[in-house]
Amino acid sequence: MNEATTSQAEPITGPTLETRPEIAATQAKIAIRNLDFFYGDNRALKSINLDFPERQVTGMIGPSGCGKSTLLRCLNRMYDLYPGQRATGEAMMEGINIVDPKVDLNALRSRIGMVFQKPTPFPMSIYDNIAFGVKLHEKLTKAQMDERVEWSLSRAALWDEVKDRLASPASGLSGGQQQRLCIARSIAVRPEVILFDEPTSALDPISTLKVEELIDELKQDFTIAIVTHNMQQAARCADRVAFFYLGEMVEVGTAAQMFTAPRELRTQQYITGRFS
Amino acid sequence: MSQTALSAHQLTSRKSRLSGDAIFAGAALVSGVFVLLLLGAIILSLFIGGWPAFHAFGLSFVTNVDWDPVQDVFGAAVSIYGTVLTSIIALVIAVPLAFGVAFYLTEVAPTWLRRPVGTAIELLAAVPSIIYGMWGFYVIVPLMSQTIQPAVIETFEGIPVLETLFAGPPFGTGLFTASLILAVMVLPFIAATMRDVFLTVPPVFKESAYGVGATTWEVMRSIVIPYTRISVVGGIMLGLGRALGETMAVTFVIGNTNRIATSLFGPGNTIASIVALEFPESPAGSLKLASLLALGFILFVISFIVLAISRVLLKPRTGG
Repeated sequence: MNEATTSQAEPITGPTLETRPEIAATQAKIAIRNLDFFYGDNRALKSINLDFPERQVTGMIGPSGCGKSTLLRCLNRMYDLYPGQRATGEAMMEGINIVDPKVDLNALRSRIGMVFQKPTPFPMSIYDNIAFGVKLHEKLTKAQMDERVEWSLSRAALWDEVKDRLASPASGLSGGQQQRLCIARSIAVRPEVILFDEPTSALDPISTLKVEELIDELKQDFTIAIVTHNMQQAARCADRVAFFYLGEMVEVGTAAQMFTAPRELRTQQYITGRFS
Repeated sequence: MSQTALSAHQLTSRKSRLSGDAIFAGAALVSGVFVLLLLGAIILSLFIGGWPAFHAFGLSFVTNVDWDPVQDVFGAAVSIYGTVLTSIIALVIAVPLAFGVAFYLTEVAPTWLRRPVGTAIELLAAVPSIIYGMWGFYVIVPLMSQTIQPAVIETFEGIPVLETLFAGPPFGTGLFTASLILAVMVLPFIAATMRDVFLTVPPVFKESAYGVGATTWEVMRSIVIPYTRISVVGGIMLGLGRALGETMAVTFVIGNTNRIATSLFGPGNTIASIVALEFPESPAGSLKLASLLALGFILFVISFIVLAISRVLLKPRTGG
C-alpha cells in the first residue's frame, strides 16, 4: 500500500529534492508536490516539493511569514475554517491527496494531530481533555478509556505528575505541563503524523527541554513535522531540516548538512543570523 | 508646530494647563456623581410615593391578589405573577432561538452573510416597543385567536395538566401572546450578546478541538459554551431585565385583567401594564396612586437586581 502510493507520487518530482538521492526520503509518509497556497489573492506558498519521511522528524525553519506555519496548516486542512484560504497541488498521504476538497476532514485530523504555539487546554478536567478527542472517533469502555488516558499521558511524560489529580481542571497545570497535556491529547487519538507549530515558544527552558526529549521519543511511533524559530532546536530535534523563505522552500537536507554545509547562500545567511 | 515652540509654550502655560486638568476632572466627577444621585433620587421618590401603600398593607401588598379601587384595597401579587411569568416564558422561547442565531452567525454562516444578518439583529433591537405592540395587536392576536389557540386547545383537550395550561376561550390576547411578543423583543439582545461572547473564544482553542477531529457542533458544545457559559447567562439576564420592564407592547396584548389565570391563554397584567393603564385614573394623594408607585418601586428593584447580576456575569474575564 505504502510503496504503491509513494511510487505513484514519485513521477511528479520537484527538481530540488529527488535529484539528490542522499537526502531524498527513504519512505515518505507525506509527499508534497507543487503545492501552492493562497490567502485570498496572496500566494503564500509557491510550488512546494517536500517529503516527510515516515517516523522521522522534519524541521521547518525560516523567517516569520515565510510560509512554514502555513504549510503545517495545509497538512491538517486547518485553513478550511477560514474562507478565502485555499491550497492547490498535491500532498499525498497513502494514496489520499490531503488538500483535495473531498477529503473527510474529521477522519484526516484523527490521522494528523497538531500541537500549537500556546498550550490550549480545553475547559474540562485533565482526564476529559485526553478523552475528548478519543471519544470523537472510537467507542471505548470505561476501562479501555482509562487505559488510553494513562498510555497517552505516559507517552507525553506527564502521567507521574498528574495521575493523582486526573479529575481536576486542566487549567490548573503549569504552562509546560499544559503543553505536554496537549501533546498527550494529540497522541491519544493515535494519529500517524503529529504537527508541531513552534511548540516551545511559550515555554521556559526546562519545559522546552522536556518537550524536545519527548519529540525525540515520539518519532519511534509517529511521523513528526515541527516548525521552529529556534535553530538550535531544529538541530537538536530534526532528522531533516527544510529552509523556507518568502513562500518558497529553498533547501532541504539532513540537519547536519543544513547547519554545517548549506548549499544555498540564503540558507547560509539565515542560519548564521545574517538576516531574519 | 515645531518642537521648541511647543516646549516654550508648555513652560509658560504649565500652570493654566494644570488648572484645565483640574476643571475637567471636576466636571467629570460632577457628571458621574450626578448620575448616581439621579438613580438614588428615583428610587427614593418611588419609595416615598409608595410609602402610604406599604404602610397601609404591609407585606400583604406583595401577596394580595385584589386590586379594588372601589374598596381601596390594592395588592401586587397578580401583576408580579404576570410580570415574572411572561418574562420567563419569553426567555424559554427566545433563548434557544437566540442561541441558534448566534451559533449560525459565529460558526456556520458564510462570511458575506454574517454582517448583514448581524446588523439586522441589531436593528431589530432598535424597533420601538409601540411598533411591536401594534404588530402584536393587529397581526399576532388575530392569528392566535383564529388559528393557533383553537388548534392548541383542541389538541390538548383531555390531557390532564396541558388541558388546564392551554384552556380556552381563544381571545387571542393573554399571557402567552404577551410572552410571544416579549420573546421577539428580547431575542435580538440575547442573540447579539451571545454572538459577541462567542467571538471572544480564542481561535487557537477552537483550532485545537478541530485539530483532534471535532465537528463544528462538538467544538461549540465542548469548547465555546463552557468557555462563555457565565457570559451567556449574563446575556440572558440582560434580556430578562428588558422583558420585566417592557410596557407598551405588553399592554396591547396581555388582556389587562387583574386575576391569576390558570391557563396561559388567559388574560392577566404585568406591573408595567397596570401602571400604564391605571396611572391616568389615579388622583393625587390617593392610596391607588401610592400603590402604583409602590409597584413601580418593586419593578425597579427586581430589574435592578437582574441587571446587576447580568453586569457581574458579563464582566470580561481572562483565561479559562
